[in-house]
Amino acid sequence: MTRFFNGLLHFRRSAWEMLASVLIAAGVFMLMQPFALVLYSWSFVVTLLGTVMFIIVSHFPE
Amino acid sequence: MLKSSVDRVAEATPRAIANRMHGLSDRALAWLFVGPSIVLLLAVNIFPLIWTIRLSFTNFRVNRPNAEVEFVGLKNYLNILSDRDIWLTMQATAHFLIWTIVLQVLIGFTLAYLINKKFRGNDLWTTIIVLPMMLSPAVVGNFWTFLYQPQIGLFNYAVGFLTGADPSSFSMIGDVSLAPWAIVIVDTWMWTPFVMLICLAGLRSIPGSIYEAAECDRASKWRQFWTITIPLVLPFLMLAVLFRGIENFKMFDLVVQLTGGGPGSITELTSINLKREAFEKWRTGYASAYAVILFVTVFGLASIYVKALNKVKQR
Repeated sequence: MTRFFNGLLHFRRSAWEMLASVLIAAGVFMLMQPFALVLYSWSFVVTLLGTVMFIIVSHFPE
Repeated sequence: MLKSSVDRVAEATPRAIANRMHGLSDRALAWLFVGPSIVLLLAVNIFPLIWTIRLSFTNFRVNRPNAEVEFVGLKNYLNILSDRDIWLTMQATAHFLIWTIVLQVLIGFTLAYLINKKFRGNDLWTTIIVLPMMLSPAVVGNFWTFLYQPQIGLFNYAVGFLTGADPSSFSMIGDVSLAPWAIVIVDTWMWTPFVMLICLAGLRSIPGSIYEAAECDRASKWRQFWTITIPLVLPFLMLAVLFRGIENFKMFDLVVQLTGGGPGSITELTSINLKREAFEKWRTGYASAYAVILFVTVFGLASIYVKALNKVKQR
């Protein structure tokens, strides 16, 4: 866990890609879950944020 | 002396063209060859995408080309993301997506594992299993509606024969609780062979020497399966899941032919709903915003999936 946060602080690709992937997965889950409309309403913002972040951080150094 | 074909082509090239080509650098030649593909890609993929994003912020209706087009900001997005009907459509798509992938991977891998064993008639069975994949989705949808008929359908008869239930007591495509499963069954029947073929390619790429070494080390069949077969087939399986996931996310033809999105809108998947908004209600701007949401979702999922696939390959 410490390594992950260190990676985020030092702009390491793997840590940021992991964060972006978690955001995308959470966004897709929110989009398709049957539990709460409010999660569905925010799903696109979360997915878009994750996707844009993924595109940017995939150019960070390893 | 015999001339090579290269010399003959060079001699046949008109002098004017030859002089012009002679002055081109390797880089320019490379652009000359790649250029048409790039132009085509821009015209067919990139331009419509940018145009769709632009339309998603307007109230444009394609059936009213002379009406004034207004910029509505994020209104279309806000309407979609607070619409309960579209939320239900997303849930129907999730049900379809998850169950088809789970069933296709399980059955496809099992079939590939069995077909990979040497037995008489191996090739014939492969051909028979692959047949559904070669049919048109419209044809498959049409004949499965007959198979699902409560009175005369073979499917109902088979279920009745196996369970003792009255075949006419249930309707797979007319019952709200059964219709989502009806489309899952048909898609699984049609596309399991595709997953099987990809798994079969993976299984056949494993060198026999690895199993021989494992036999020498007295590894049981069960251990060989979990430590050799599964890890080496995993990249192929993931590829199959990626292909089927993206395909099923935009599933349209099969379901339209089979249930038309009904009963009610219980099997109305996102692509069917999107088509209704765009070409039945003619809300082009709204449908464009809907398409952008779906595009971002598939793009995001595909990005993390490709990353995971590369990681598995590197192992």
